[in-house]
Amino acid sequence: MAAAAALEAAAPPSALWGLVHDFVTGQQEGPADQVAADVKSGSYTVLQVVEALGSSLENPEHRARARGIQLLSQVLLQCHPLLLEKEVVQLILFYENRLKDHHLVIPAVLQGLKALSLCVALPPGLAVSVLKAIFQEVHVQSLPQMDRHTVYSIITNFMRTREEGPFVEELFEVTSCYFPIDFTPPPNDPHGIQREDLILSLRAVLASTPQFAEFLLPLLIEKVDSELLSAKLDSLQTLDACCAVYGQKELKAFLPSLWASVRREVFQTASERVEAEGLAALHSLTACLSRSVLRADAEDLLDSFLSSILQDCRHHLCEPDMKLVWPSAKLLQAAAGASARACDHVTSNVLPLLLEQFHKHSQSNQRRTILDMILGFLKLQQKWGHEDKDQRPLGSFKDQLCSLVFMALTDPSTQLQLAGIRTLTVLGAQPDLLSSGDLELAVGHLYRLSFLEEDSQSCRVAALEASGALATLYPVAFSNHLVPRLAEELHAGGSDLTGRNGPAKASRHLRCLQALSAVSTHPSLVKETLPLLLQHLWEVHKGNMVEGSSEVIAVCQSLQQVAEKCQQHPESCRYFHQTAIPCLLALAVQASMPEKEPSVLRKVLLEDEVLAAMVSVFGTATTHLSPEVAAQSVAHIVPLFLDGNVSFLPENSFPSRFQPFQDGSSGQRRLVALLMAFVCSLPRDVEIPQLDQLMRELLELSRCHGCPFSSTAAAKCFAGLLNKHPAGQQLDEFLQLAVDTVEAGLDSGPCRSQAFTLLLWVTKALVLRYHPLSSRLTAQLMGLLSDPELGQAAADGFSLLMSDCTDVLTRAGHAEVRIMFRQRFFTDNVPALVQGFHAAPQDVKPNYLKALSHVLNRLPKPVLLPELPTLLSLLLEALSCPDGVVQLSTLGCLQPLLLEAPQVMSLHVDTLVTKFLALASSPSMAVRIAALQCMHALTRLPTPVLLPHRPQVIRALAKPLDDRKRLVRKEAVSARGEWFLLGSPGS
Amino acid sequence: MVGGGGGGVGGGLLENANPLIYERSGERPVTAGEEDEQVPDSIDAREIFDLIRSINDPEHPLTLEELNVVEQVRVQVSDPESTVAVAFTPTIPHCSMATLIGLSIKVKLLRSLPQRFKMDVHITPGTHASEHAGKLNKQLADKERVAAALENTHLLEVVNQCLSARS
Repeated sequence: MAAAAALEAAAPPSALWGLVHDFVTGQQEGPADQVAADVKSGSYTVLQVVEALGSSLENPEHRARARGIQLLSQVLLQCHPLLLEKEVVQLILFYENRLKDHHLVIPAVLQGLKALSLCVALPPGLAVSVLKAIFQEVHVQSLPQMDRHTVYSIITNFMRTREEGPFVEELFEVTSCYFPIDFTPPPNDPHGIQREDLILSLRAVLASTPQFAEFLLPLLIEKVDSELLSAKLDSLQTLDACCAVYGQKELKAFLPSLWASVRREVFQTASERVEAEGLAALHSLTACLSRSVLRADAEDLLDSFLSSILQDCRHHLCEPDMKLVWPSAKLLQAAAGASARACDHVTSNVLPLLLEQFHKHSQSNQRRTILDMILGFLKLQQKWGHEDKDQRPLGSFKDQLCSLVFMALTDPSTQLQLAGIRTLTVLGAQPDLLSSGDLELAVGHLYRLSFLEEDSQSCRVAALEASGALATLYPVAFSNHLVPRLAEELHAGGSDLTGRNGPAKASRHLRCLQALSAVSTHPSLVKETLPLLLQHLWEVHKGNMVEGSSEVIAVCQSLQQVAEKCQQHPESCRYFHQTAIPCLLALAVQASMPEKEPSVLRKVLLEDEVLAAMVSVFGTATTHLSPEVAAQSVAHIVPLFLDGNVSFLPENSFPSRFQPFQDGSSGQRRLVALLMAFVCSLPRDVEIPQLDQLMRELLELSRCHGCPFSSTAAAKCFAGLLNKHPAGQQLDEFLQLAVDTVEAGLDSGPCRSQAFTLLLWVTKALVLRYHPLSSRLTAQLMGLLSDPELGQAAADGFSLLMSDCTDVLTRAGHAEVRIMFRQRFFTDNVPALVQGFHAAPQDVKPNYLKALSHVLNRLPKPVLLPELPTLLSLLLEALSCPDGVVQLSTLGCLQPLLLEAPQVMSLHVDTLVTKFLALASSPSMAVRIAALQCMHALTRLPTPVLLPHRPQVIRALAKPLDDRKRLVRKEAVSARGEWFLLGSPGS
Repeated sequence: MVGGGGGGVGGGLLENANPLIYERSGERPVTAGEEDEQVPDSIDAREIFDLIRSINDPEHPLTLEELNVVEQVRVQVSDPESTVAVAFTPTIPHCSMATLIGLSIKVKLLRSLPQRFKMDVHITPGTHASEHAGKLNKQLADKERVAAALENTHLLEVVNQCLSARS
């Protein structure tokens, strides 16, 4: 044992002798760890271990020798950081020598080399020596899996830090033999290794170095052609990964074959994944070629590569039958998307061709295909910013592109028009491309398209979107050529909508309003459109125009959309708020004034729907205000309502005082809805003046009977303010006031319904912010479920508690809404509801079911699923409840449960089939649809459970096939189709 | 055929390996009338077309609509008279898949339409080798032959695959 003998002898302690003996001859495993621990603690050195092993390492018996080496290897695996360089050299010499030994010994030898490959003290050159020895002495590919893994680890350990140059091919051979990975994890695999893990690790090795290129690329080219989909995908993805580290040098010799493979796959495949991976690989190849730095005299491979792509694809673009146009265009676009240079090269070649093809084809759908392709190339241009205007490749095609787009915009085909609109938007986004003349024409087309009729809805919507997008870039063009025409249209069209062409004119008028809001995307345009809209509203109000509430609502909707577009620009936001809000308030206050001769028209502004539309304008115009503007505004608006201070309104000479909270008219009281929309949308840190008085007035108004609109608005406003008010003494006072008001109201006769509404909204405000009082109020609400008068309203109230409001208590309006409030409400209250249901007399049970339905319906399904076992019997009972809301909500709960918990549900299959089929002939269309969706979802249950019901269900479902409503028939068709497939071959 | 979704017959070569692909129409937009409980909606050509357009082709991973085998203009329906006629156009004149396609359409209609309807499924005149077309139209019209065809497990399997919702 030459190596061991050369080591300086040191007498091993006797304990070590014993341990070595127990391991080698005693075949015990424990001593190895003991020895390693002793070495680590310094009790003895590695040298002494070798010394102690002495005779076993030279034992003529293979197994004993293997055992001896195994002990040494196990110690090294744990103690390699302690080794000195000198020791490493000696040990490597020893192990390399042992590679020649009997095959039984080899596993232990490889383990030792693996330990040594981890040594920091490994001198340069030894890694090469180790690998040389391994590949020379051992046929790695035929080793058992464990040992192949050891060799693999040795290689990866060396690869991390060391040279691999001389062994590229061997390293490639031993790693690439696994490619492509074909592995299915065994059932109950404790390691949890997935096929994808192996694919990714192997890909990381194969694509780790450009030195593998000459071996790997031919392999990939071969495997792309594989019959196996997974092999194809893996090869294309690996090629993609390689391109990240390769350069021109590595790719050069293989480019023609690589291109041929990718082209073949994209042209021929039926699989979208293969196509996508093929395109991704082509993209990476082109990017790689674009990135390489060239020597002055070298050939630019990118040019020749792109030329061959163009050569193979361009003629497909020109085939009259257009069969391979899309794959060809996708290939060209994948290449063009890789770099600015590639994009210019491809685009400058392809665009003239496509422009020519557009004119050669005469059918709209063919033209649309070509325009869609052009659009793809234009979009790629946007990826690359061109510094120099003259270098922009689109410049020379601009006129042709514009005339083609305008041709598309006037085509009768909707699809071609849509493609034209999209292309126009992309052309407009290219800086400095379109001339003012082009823009004038474009705006003219957009104007025309904004007035398209009902059947071209999609085109009209697209034109409005395009107008909005282009108006941010070219406000002047829109201000000059669009806004004046819309203003004229608004004025002329609004004058007589009741005449002979009334409906057509009315719809034209509506479109005009929509177009005005659509272009309000630039601050300068808002300053033109907002006055137009407000002016129009004044004229309606002054009675210059004979119009109903729908006209005012339409204007308000437009205003709301403008307000939404202003939210992004602080200046526009301020402008909108300070212009529109006083104007709308002035109009509303004017309308609420008592009159000697009541005019129907002027009261339009006070109608529920009109006020609701104004409420949404107020909210949208307030949520994004800066604190300063908000403070100014609140200092005007609160005194207006509390003190009748009208001085800030633009036209403020009114015949009498504005006193909505005192003994004002019912019209004045209704305007509290506008106050609500404003104060409940303010940012939380804006201080509200006269808050205490305001809250008391709101409570007072909430008790007002005879006008549910006003009392509800007051209750909502109170609740909205309560929700945002910081905890503390003042909040407690407000709460006490509210509780007293509710209790007093519920006790006495005439105001019970108002008191209930207040209770509901206050409860909601507190539930949202997790206020401790919310549980007491919820309990009170639950108690009302048995109330003969308020029971049904209380049940419906649970829907309000669980749903999102649009006007108050919204996150957008800065309300305090805790994310998990629904889950929390569920956990806190469902047990009580279930208990209440069981305890309740028969006639009020439906109220409990309804309340419960509302809670369950709004709950995220993942939260609901674990609760299923306890609730299921109740839900099944709810299916027999005659109330439509309960039925609908219960079906809505059961449907996802059928999909997600089929095992649990299959226990109740008999009941479910019977009940669903009964509900499938409900008088309510929504219930019929939901019941049929449940019948469809039932097919997810285990087939054996369903088969006994199959004939009966198929017979029963024949009836809804002839339902008078199409939406019901559709569900019946899909449910029945699935039931037919159950247990039938081929399904 | 590599990577195709279900629906392949055999595994041999495709008769028409590189068909022209047509765009799918979108979902039918729901109108206000359709959402109104009171208004009855009659069964119209688009509704029938929606039943059959998503049937899978037996040999391509594509629908009959994408292959232009069925088109809305080739659907005739009369709800009051309870009649429906569907003409389909196989991708190539001698397509041996025509029988299967016709059978799939017929079965889909049988499963999806009220029993009162009389159904006629036939090859678009002039688009198929004539002697074959005549025979095929007769087979599809014969109730007992259709029923007998569905007794054949293999045929039923292929038809069911054509009618399965593609995942």
